[in-house]
Amino acid sequence: MSVASAVNGRRSREAWGHWLAAQRGILIAIAIFAAMFATYGWKQEVGLTASIINTASNKGALLALVAMAQTIPVLTGGLDLSVGMIFVLSNCLAATIVNGSFLMTALGVIGVLLVGIICGTINGLIVVYGRLQPIIVTLATGAVYFGFALALRPEPGGSVNFEFADIMTRSFFKVPSSVILMLAVVFLIWIPYRRSVLGRGAYAIGSSEQAAYMSGVPIARAKVLAYVLAGLLSSIAGLLLTAITYSGAAKAALGADYTLNSIGAVVIGGTSLFGGSGSAIGSIFGAFVMRTVGDLLIVFDINPVLQPLFVGIVLLIAVSLGSLRLLRIKNRLDLYR
Amino acid sequence: MATMTMALQRFDKATVIAFGLIVVLLLVGASIKPDFLSPSYLVQQLQLASFLGVIATGVMLVILLGHIDLSIPWTIGVGGMMATAAAGFFGPTVGVVLAVPFGIACGTVIGLANGVGVAYLRAPSMIFTLGMNAVAQGLMVAHTGGFAPQDRGTVFMRQLAAGRLIPGVPNPLLVWLAVGAAAVFMLTRTTLGRQIYAIGNKERAVFLSGVDTRRVLLICFAISGACAAAGGVLLAGWANRSYQAMGDPYLLPTIAAVVLGGTNILGGRGSYLGTVAGVILITLLQSILSVLQPQFWFADMGLNVPAETFRQVVFGVVIIAMLLLYGRQRAVQG
Amino acid sequence: MEGNAAPLLRMEGISKHYGGVRALEDVRFECDKGRIHALLGENGAGKSTLIKVLTGVVQPDSGSIILDGQSVSFAGPAEATEAGIVCIFQELSLLPDLTVADNIAITSPPKRFGLIDKRAQRRLAEQALARVGAEDIHPFAPVGDLPLSRRQMVEIAKALARKPRILVLDEATSALTAADVTKVFAMLKQLRAEGLAIVYISHRMHEIAQLADDCTVYRNGRYVATFAAGTKSDDAIVEMMIGREYSSVFPPLSEKKPDGPPVLKVKDLSWAGQLKGVDLEVRPGEVVGLGGLDGQGQRQLLLGLFGTLIGATGTIEVNGKVVKLASPQRAKSADIGMALIPEDRKNEGLMLPMSVRENLSFAAVDGFSRFGVVDRKQEESAINEVINLLKIRSDGIDGPVASLSGGNQQKVVIGKWLMTKPRIILLNDPTRGIDVGTKQELYQLLRRLAENGAAILFYSTDYDELIGCCNRVLVLYNGTVTRTLEGGELNERNLVASALNLPPSTASTGPAELAAGAV
Repeated sequence: MSVASAVNGRRSREAWGHWLAAQRGILIAIAIFAAMFATYGWKQEVGLTASIINTASNKGALLALVAMAQTIPVLTGGLDLSVGMIFVLSNCLAATIVNGSFLMTALGVIGVLLVGIICGTINGLIVVYGRLQPIIVTLATGAVYFGFALALRPEPGGSVNFEFADIMTRSFFKVPSSVILMLAVVFLIWIPYRRSVLGRGAYAIGSSEQAAYMSGVPIARAKVLAYVLAGLLSSIAGLLLTAITYSGAAKAALGADYTLNSIGAVVIGGTSLFGGSGSAIGSIFGAFVMRTVGDLLIVFDINPVLQPLFVGIVLLIAVSLGSLRLLRIKNRLDLYR
Repeated sequence: MATMTMALQRFDKATVIAFGLIVVLLLVGASIKPDFLSPSYLVQQLQLASFLGVIATGVMLVILLGHIDLSIPWTIGVGGMMATAAAGFFGPTVGVVLAVPFGIACGTVIGLANGVGVAYLRAPSMIFTLGMNAVAQGLMVAHTGGFAPQDRGTVFMRQLAAGRLIPGVPNPLLVWLAVGAAAVFMLTRTTLGRQIYAIGNKERAVFLSGVDTRRVLLICFAISGACAAAGGVLLAGWANRSYQAMGDPYLLPTIAAVVLGGTNILGGRGSYLGTVAGVILITLLQSILSVLQPQFWFADMGLNVPAETFRQVVFGVVIIAMLLLYGRQRAVQG
Repeated sequence: MEGNAAPLLRMEGISKHYGGVRALEDVRFECDKGRIHALLGENGAGKSTLIKVLTGVVQPDSGSIILDGQSVSFAGPAEATEAGIVCIFQELSLLPDLTVADNIAITSPPKRFGLIDKRAQRRLAEQALARVGAEDIHPFAPVGDLPLSRRQMVEIAKALARKPRILVLDEATSALTAADVTKVFAMLKQLRAEGLAIVYISHRMHEIAQLADDCTVYRNGRYVATFAAGTKSDDAIVEMMIGREYSSVFPPLSEKKPDGPPVLKVKDLSWAGQLKGVDLEVRPGEVVGLGGLDGQGQRQLLLGLFGTLIGATGTIEVNGKVVKLASPQRAKSADIGMALIPEDRKNEGLMLPMSVRENLSFAAVDGFSRFGVVDRKQEESAINEVINLLKIRSDGIDGPVASLSGGNQQKVVIGKWLMTKPRIILLNDPTRGIDVGTKQELYQLLRRLAENGAAILFYSTDYDELIGCCNRVLVLYNGTVTRTLEGGELNERNLVASALNLPPSTASTGPAELAAGAV
């Protein structure tokens, strides 16, 4: 083997090594989810039928989409506490306008997505040009978005085009639509975003905003886009919810629940809350991990009302696993930022 | 003499604006409801504010450190439910005496757990306290899921929340004053207070200055848990019972109150006086919004808009407007 | 300076104020193609601000920038880069979580169908790295995992990849190994031959002597003079920089050698493969220096003595008693009495948004309190004492410490520790990035502290300092003390030789030859 090809071989191995290390968070999340789902399937008396997979997928996809939404602002080192409320708002709006003829339905869908984009844009503009901390801004805007949701649907109700709902919630050749939807989001939104200058800019900002500025990264545009995408993905989740429940309801508890759980899913999926590293794909698996906890409880005959307890324990364990790295620390100074 | 000079300009400005807005709100309220400015109504507002104020004290400490405590909702619940359940655990006589301390102690345990996770396991506080919140919720659900628990407050709790030791002064206000005075003293006159502000600024430098930062974090999270549980005890006393999700409506208003009072959400800056202003402001805002009946205005316009919508939208807009007023963060620059 | 041809870059009348602080006042600067132009001046003289104006990081309040005869202004660093002005900063502009390739091509990556072309980007990175002689760095390595010297090479590669016309280096070589510095200098000279204009800021006179064609001096935000390199003596230059007569003499060491039992004794200290059996002793009144090349364990030794290392073996004795130092809290405690002036004052020594007073009293505040409550009067008088002792500049004293100059900030760090009345003082490269005037004051201070009985252990990367301040110098190589130099043996030649682990030199080889030959 010539020296050149030996060097190339070493370099390729090095390249794989670096790639694997970068994906570590996602791989761990996949592993945890696979283990949990396998246990679920094994314990499930009926086995993993298409119908069961479909139900699990639909439930999980809702949180997965909101978690993907949450991931993007978190990458910039920020946070979006309004994702749950945009989700609820989109649900209420969809139950109002996504019905009627095919054309009306299509326009309705576009309308809902637009509203998600608008909400995200408002968030982004206030954070960037108001120069305020995202956690407080999105806390406040979330209240506003919920207020509008309530105005649209003071009482749960509304309707949605049946064909639309059916397509969104059934399975095609045993593959649930929600899975196809998530794959579509990953391949049509996430991966192009990641490969774009603004998407990489988001990672840069989260890694070191100062250095990103000095390097000429377009910070304002990258940050605003991050929140816009969060709004868009939340509204997609809202559409899916409407398709599943055939109605819209403005429940504050639901929105808060999804917001907080999305943060948990993001962390379990391997994204750092400090920004700069992570992936929406990991968040999908993080969301499914959290949802599968509930299914496991049912299958093991534990009172499902205890779900929060186990979800909380899973979160604490996930976070404490990150603390294992502390054992390798040889200099106490490294513990402190 | 220059003592807490922590960007004195900036948070004084925020505190001043906050008190200014309180005055504005009082005037707005007076224009809607004639007896808004009556002493009895104002005292009632202060009483309401006291619940929020006690809880916000602990949250402020954690935010000063540069962390956040998302376990507030269910720690409040734990405080209330464990206080009312004490009689069931310890028997009627001992239980009644121990009710309040037991409730607060349970909250403190949650706070200590948070402290261990954040300070010693170095977990991000947002996630760890989120997890603890869920665990606390699960434990309380388990507690009530089985049998019918004791959920009535003791007489003492009722007195604490609704009574008046000093004529004209509601007891919760006294509790808030005591807690607040202790907080102010700690933050301004003790070494611990200095360390809290310093850690919020740069924990690394504090460590290298020879301070045990982990102990400070542990103490503050424990206090946060205790304050939240104390709030829960007061709430249970006020309603004369404890109930599921009693703490849920308090998380966002608490954070909003602390931030509107001028405390920097990233830590290291803020005064307790500001937090007092923020608490009163949020309380007044919520009161005014419940007194206003905007749904009738909208109905006149032919729209069916629930009152809650108005409340939520105004709440959110006011927070953003106030923060924009306080002055923006320094932009990232050379 | 070139007479007839218009210079490539001309900055005129530049002023910049930050609140009440006047960073630049009517300043000018010119540089030309194919020349290396050095900027000289103390910290706070305005060099960094001038560079920030030039590279678009900040906007000037007034003045003009004329590039190639055209007046330009930059709203941000991106625009300056477009115009061909690229800066390599002291605080690196690298993103730790991203790969080397991503960092190098961060602003204008090669694109395909509107998205980043990873393969083309990797090739670009490899070319850029090869250009600076850093082929060993893998393009897919996350930058945060690389040691500081490699990161600085990536920063330089990144700057070159943008095809600059004007390249600015702001203390860009401070963390490089000697081998890298040689490569970088060769590269800079090559770039100069290719017609680049290079602006170079450094506090190291010998680097400037090697590289620069022209020099410009600034002082207190104002322009002082421009001259060709080599036409002024070092002393004359320093006088221009500090504006007063400068004596390059260190305060004399005291006549009598410190004797008596050592207050600090270290035996066979080892840790994590970076310290491999260090032995040393420091007596009261002694100033012991740590020398050697970067990265031989000096910083880790000081951190270990201060209690931050886990799993260190060996013994440490203070005043004859063996002690276990498991935390800085323990090291600071009254019976041990250690103080550490850390390497990175902004992140490790100070709480920048807090006031000077709050920072000063922070380490010693326990001494002014009973049951945790602070006695403010006592604290205040102690603070005033230290401020006077160190002559910390009084304007801005109640404002945040972030607004002080580097030298004054370092004084605050030292003052903070002096308030604990330490017995053993550890200093981790304390004069790095400090102006000449403050350095002088620090040397005097160290001398006085030693005379009052403190035991001082002092790591410095500056040979003159080690020779001028220390009773003896321990040279570290590969994690252990290989030579002790004192008295007549303590000179630059021996320091360099010992740093490279060579036997004491013969008379015929000088330090330059040694350094060149040993690489």
